[in-house]
Amino acid sequence: MDIKDIIKPENLVYQKTSLMTDKPLSYCPGCGHGTAHRILMEVIEEMGIQSETIGVAPVGCSVLAYDFMNVDMVGASHGRAPAVATGIKRCWPEKFVYTYQGDGDLAAIGTAETIHAANRGENITIIFINNGIYGMTGGQMAPTTLPGMKTSTSPYGRDLKSMGNPLKMTELLAQLPGTCYVTRQSVHSPRNVRRAKKAIRAAFESQKENKGLSLVEIVSNCNSGWKMEPVASNEWMVDNMFPFYPLGDIKVDGKLVNNQ
Amino acid sequence: MKELRLMKGNEAVAEGAIRAGADGYFGYPITPQSEVMEYLMAEQPEKRTGMVVLQAESEVAAINMVYGAASTGKKVMTSSSSPGMSLMQEGISYLAGAELPCLLLNVARGGPGLGTIQPSQADYFQSVKGGGHGDYNLIVLAPSSVQEMFDFAFLGFDLAFKYRNPVLMLSDGLIGQMMEKVELCEQLPRTTHFDRSWTLTGKPDGQERNIVTSLDLDASMQEIHNLHLQEKYRQCKEAEVRYELFDTEDADYLFVAYGSSARICQKAIKIGRSEGIKIGLLRPITLWPFPAKPLAELASRMKGILSVEQSAGQMVEDVRLSVGSGVHIEHYGRMGGMIPTPEQVLENLKKLLIAK
Ligand SMILES: Cc1ncc(C[n+]2csc(CCOP(=O)(O)OP(=O)(O)O)c2C)c(N)n1
Ligand code: SF4
Ligand SMILES: [Mg+2]
Repeated sequence: MDIKDIIKPENLVYQKTSLMTDKPLSYCPGCGHGTAHRILMEVIEEMGIQSETIGVAPVGCSVLAYDFMNVDMVGASHGRAPAVATGIKRCWPEKFVYTYQGDGDLAAIGTAETIHAANRGENITIIFINNGIYGMTGGQMAPTTLPGMKTSTSPYGRDLKSMGNPLKMTELLAQLPGTCYVTRQSVHSPRNVRRAKKAIRAAFESQKENKGLSLVEIVSNCNSGWKMEPVASNEWMVDNMFPFYPLGDIKVDGKLVNNQ
Repeated sequence: MKELRLMKGNEAVAEGAIRAGADGYFGYPITPQSEVMEYLMAEQPEKRTGMVVLQAESEVAAINMVYGAASTGKKVMTSSSSPGMSLMQEGISYLAGAELPCLLLNVARGGPGLGTIQPSQADYFQSVKGGGHGDYNLIVLAPSSVQEMFDFAFLGFDLAFKYRNPVLMLSDGLIGQMMEKVELCEQLPRTTHFDRSWTLTGKPDGQERNIVTSLDLDASMQEIHNLHLQEKYRQCKEAEVRYELFDTEDADYLFVAYGSSARICQKAIKIGRSEGIKIGLLRPITLWPFPAKPLAELASRMKGILSVEQSAGQMVEDVRLSVGSGVHIEHYGRMGGMIPTPEQVLENLKKLLIAK
């Protein structure tokens, strides 16, 4: 059998969503950003809301997200995506508005904008890629960097006494009455990708029902910043990031889950 | 029948924004401009026209809310006073870079630092020479009456959309706080600027998506974008210079002053003329583009020019650039929130220009 006999519509089991453009991703091979982009776009396609969606790109490795996501998008300044999204949503309450932000963007320079957008209950969805590092600028320490973790600005490991503690923004945001759905996911295995996609869907459904801010944190690898091979970086993430940033729902339908 | 009302400058600009059909206002309290948002909140424009008003958590957030809303073609504005304007500069640079229309208002106060809450004109450089990073210009309007605070909301939005560029009203605590009679005009309809050539409204089926950004990692492309911006600014310079002349026909001396200083100079002219000193005034209405040509033409007939500004002498640099070296040019102003009296202005004209 020739390969041409196999590539036929009736044999198709999976297809790239048309909401991802054909532009080659600018991410390092093995990086979680690309997978997160894809499932986000698949959700928007499956909900049939492409023509009603406006996205906000951050400053970070995903600064060019609008090159890959085939929806109307605006590039925010570093950390201000939740304010930019607020401006859009307040003027267009009927549109779906989301931000896509890294941990430096969301949990350092943009902490105030994130907390206040959540506290006002802005009816937007935030996709938060937590890789514990500043990928874009070459692997500096982020607010989410683990205790003892080496980065280019904590070359001897993060010293909690002088550099502060890792910030669990997602747990913090879940405490606010303005948030409706808050969850932490990952995209390092097919099973986790499926779960993360379901979570993104739930976040957009909650936006559809005007329930307040929905936040999906995706704990992700930065193999370049962590200076690891892609597979090793995912193993390191499972062993080190997940114990500190446990996966699962934190708030569902406005109610905190379990012992949160 | 005319609709007349006694209003503060800050209230007039807020009413002007509603009547100009603004879609949104995002701001953060700071003296002496807090009445803008207070008036809007009390008016509940969402009931009158559907206009949205939101108190942001900071000026940084406010300018980025403006950026977001402006990227969708909405007519939006913010207002602040000097320290708050400093915080907004990154966002303003992004707005200019991404070519988004919006209206900004600075009801300026004394600086530097936390300074004072009294009127000042020391934000001239910040307003007309950039303020934020990169090569960009704002269109800068300088109201000198409560009526103009109202009128320039309309003019400001018109220019912002005509050039897809932020427009800044550079006012000061005096114009913002004083009360004058204002003639109001009719409510304009609130119509969204629905232009798929650049606005984000959600990608329609079968059409390309729109992207609003100021980023281009390719330096050669970024230069092309810069050249495009410079061409736009050149056209704006040619078409949008606005100014007003008082008593210049027979004048020997000329004041150049904007905003509240122009009001003070008008009084100084009266006193001066009663003493036989023929003084006139050129009042720039647009600080950018600066009325360089009309000023240069007038200057050739003058024995001297006094640039009056509540600053250490910022606009005087543009006066000198416009006029060149043939005419005696001086600056007079007070600083830190102090307002000169007409008598002081006249006295300094005598001392700096006539006595020498
Ligand atoms: C005002 C401002 N400060 C600093 C920067 C430089 N900068 C660009 S991206 C970045 C960090 C991004 O890290 P993160 O948000 O974690 O995203 P990642 O690259 O890891 O996905 C920084 C500090 C900037 N662009 N703007
Ligand atoms: S630097 Fe890190 S976050 Fe950025 S693309 Fe590479 S692996 Fe991904
Ligand atoms: Mg990061």
